[in-house]
Amino acid sequence: MQMSGAQMVCEAIIAEGVKTVFGYPGGAIMHVYDEIYKQNGFEHILTRHEQAAVHAADGYARATGEVGVAMVTSGPGFTNAVTGLATAYMDSIPLVVISGQVPLSLIGTDGFQEIDAVGISRPCTKHNFLVRSLEELPRILKEAFYLARSGRPGPILVDIPKDITVDVGEFKYPDSVHIPSYKPTYKGNNRQIEKAVDAIKKAKKPLLYIGGGAVLSNAYKLVRELAEKTQIPAVETLMARGVMGAKNPLLLGMLGMHGNYASNMAMSETDLVISLGARFDDRVTGKLSEFAKYADVIHIDIDPANIAKLVDVDYPIVGDVAQVVQKMLPMLEDVNTDRYQAWREILKRYDELHPQSYVDSDEVIKPQWAIERLGELVGEEAIITSDVGQHQMWAAQHYPFDRPRQWINSGGLGTMGFGFPAAIGAKRAYPEKTVINITGDGSILMNVQELVTAAEYKIPVINVILNNHFLGMVRQWQTFFYEKRYSETDLTFQPNWKALAQACGGIGYDVTTKEEFDAALKDAMAQNKVCFMNVAIDRFENVLPMVPAGGALFNMMLPPKIENDGEEK
Amino acid sequence: MANSNNERRVISVVVMNESSVLARVTALFAGRGYNIESLTVAPIPNSDKSHITIETKGNARVMEQITKQLHKLIPVYKVIEHEEMVEKEMVLVKFPIGTNMSDIAALAAAYNGGIVNVGPEMVVAQVADEPKRVKHFIEAAERYNPCEIVRGGVVAIER
Repeated sequence: MQMSGAQMVCEAIIAEGVKTVFGYPGGAIMHVYDEIYKQNGFEHILTRHEQAAVHAADGYARATGEVGVAMVTSGPGFTNAVTGLATAYMDSIPLVVISGQVPLSLIGTDGFQEIDAVGISRPCTKHNFLVRSLEELPRILKEAFYLARSGRPGPILVDIPKDITVDVGEFKYPDSVHIPSYKPTYKGNNRQIEKAVDAIKKAKKPLLYIGGGAVLSNAYKLVRELAEKTQIPAVETLMARGVMGAKNPLLLGMLGMHGNYASNMAMSETDLVISLGARFDDRVTGKLSEFAKYADVIHIDIDPANIAKLVDVDYPIVGDVAQVVQKMLPMLEDVNTDRYQAWREILKRYDELHPQSYVDSDEVIKPQWAIERLGELVGEEAIITSDVGQHQMWAAQHYPFDRPRQWINSGGLGTMGFGFPAAIGAKRAYPEKTVINITGDGSILMNVQELVTAAEYKIPVINVILNNHFLGMVRQWQTFFYEKRYSETDLTFQPNWKALAQACGGIGYDVTTKEEFDAALKDAMAQNKVCFMNVAIDRFENVLPMVPAGGALFNMMLPPKIENDGEEK
Repeated sequence: MANSNNERRVISVVVMNESSVLARVTALFAGRGYNIESLTVAPIPNSDKSHITIETKGNARVMEQITKQLHKLIPVYKVIEHEEMVEKEMVLVKFPIGTNMSDIAALAAAYNGGIVNVGPEMVVAQVADEPKRVKHFIEAAERYNPCEIVRGGVVAIER
């Protein structure tokens, strides 16, 4: 069928089953927007900044497991999208981002709104394309979606010069792709899997170390089955919250810089690490030479480059977590679960010694209380997104995540401003679910313009701002490591949050007490409008436990405890 | 092997011959902090592929990462970390015409090369040999005050 390049873009999006595209038009992408106007196959959400468009597509992808699509124009439209691409790249999120480019004849001339998009995005995309002819456009679009979702997922940029969107040619969307140099390994080597299973049976103190790859491969049921069958305790990374489920007795908690005591001690004392889609990030390992010092390592990862990148691996298995665990399960029928009983008891004692705790207050709202309260009120149903900082860690520590894809946050890149647009994307994917962005008074301002988007499209995202009038995480480091010199972290000067939300078509609540918190949340859920819940919290509350950067995992700064005499210790 | 820091290595990378593929490879080295000592690239005859030869330095873990990261690039077909190889490098050296031509001819001949061009003001000698011998040739040639030395990168083929 004869059609323009712009029409081909729309037809490909429809053929891939995408229902929602997030974007922002401009000169070089206008022909595509003209076709978007004419079609009915998908909806387009106009965000108020290109960065937010990519984060929204990202939130959509994380919530659904499908490819998210964003569209931007050339030059500044594209450069604004770079943070979104990098965020998705670091967390392996499948995205296709389509950017306009100046016409082929102008490329290289410093034309208006020209920038080398493929050059800039090379290190923060899984792959990128500059389309050089209309003939190759259908193939490139097909490959972009395939590359985004296959193997280790990631964002793909397709940069399309304006004249190619105007040109008319024959369109036939390919049924399949043929990229001979790209063959991801899914199955896992049988011999290696057998050896790993053997090591599990021989271990005394094995530990499941679950990462974001378990979420990406939709492996949570299999991972839970593996834990239950073997009775091996488990720790989750920030990206894996929800895989085991908060109520699972085998889950010790989150490990790493802000991991709980039992999790970090388990990793320090285990004799066999069973890594399921985790990548030994520095925020997880702390000092590498002390990390899992007494353990052999089974590393299951779809990306061979992750294996043995940072720690020596005894049982490398390249493959998809779900497929590898599926193969392991029948081999573990005869596993002796009593073997790990002593180990489980040690860990239980660790958890009783230093549980994940905080000292509550009647005078001021503690952020941990707010998170736990959210968990009690909306719990399993809600999707929780977050920005980056203290609130993110408190949410990861205290929210009772019950399933994967319930927790959406920027783990690898740590992008402030991610949470709100990501929540918009998630809410669009699941309109029936409550979607709450747990944020801080620093982060929320980094994409605050999205209030307008959420109000216009009636996307009722609840933003819970844990407001300590500080850039809290940096302030915490300044308290601990910079002798309390609070350089540029005091955010006492603030907008009127309620008025700001109202000015953009939303609702605002000022919350200073626990009663107000409950009442505001109840009202927010009933109103069905985008809102800000401005929750005044204890200004100097710290995220604990904390492993100072570069320190060994077992050297944790622990939270104060309430002893039997009622005194804080 | 693990403690043999900064060992010299030669890697061959077979890639799809498409625009910006070389940029992807070199950007990977720059972005991840790996060294490129020398680099050669040319299309493989009668195919849609190119062969890139990279001379680099690093310990075993770095080399493993370089290999794996190269593999991850979508247009990369094959990465060969050379063990048993034949490798050659080429150098062109330009001398002023006043230099004793028989000395230069003899020197180049000793390294399996020769004089390849004589102009009104200069003589050009060429040597193609193993990298170590090319280095020795350059050291020897430097005694004759060459006006220009142009060294090519390594090409290698597994034996």
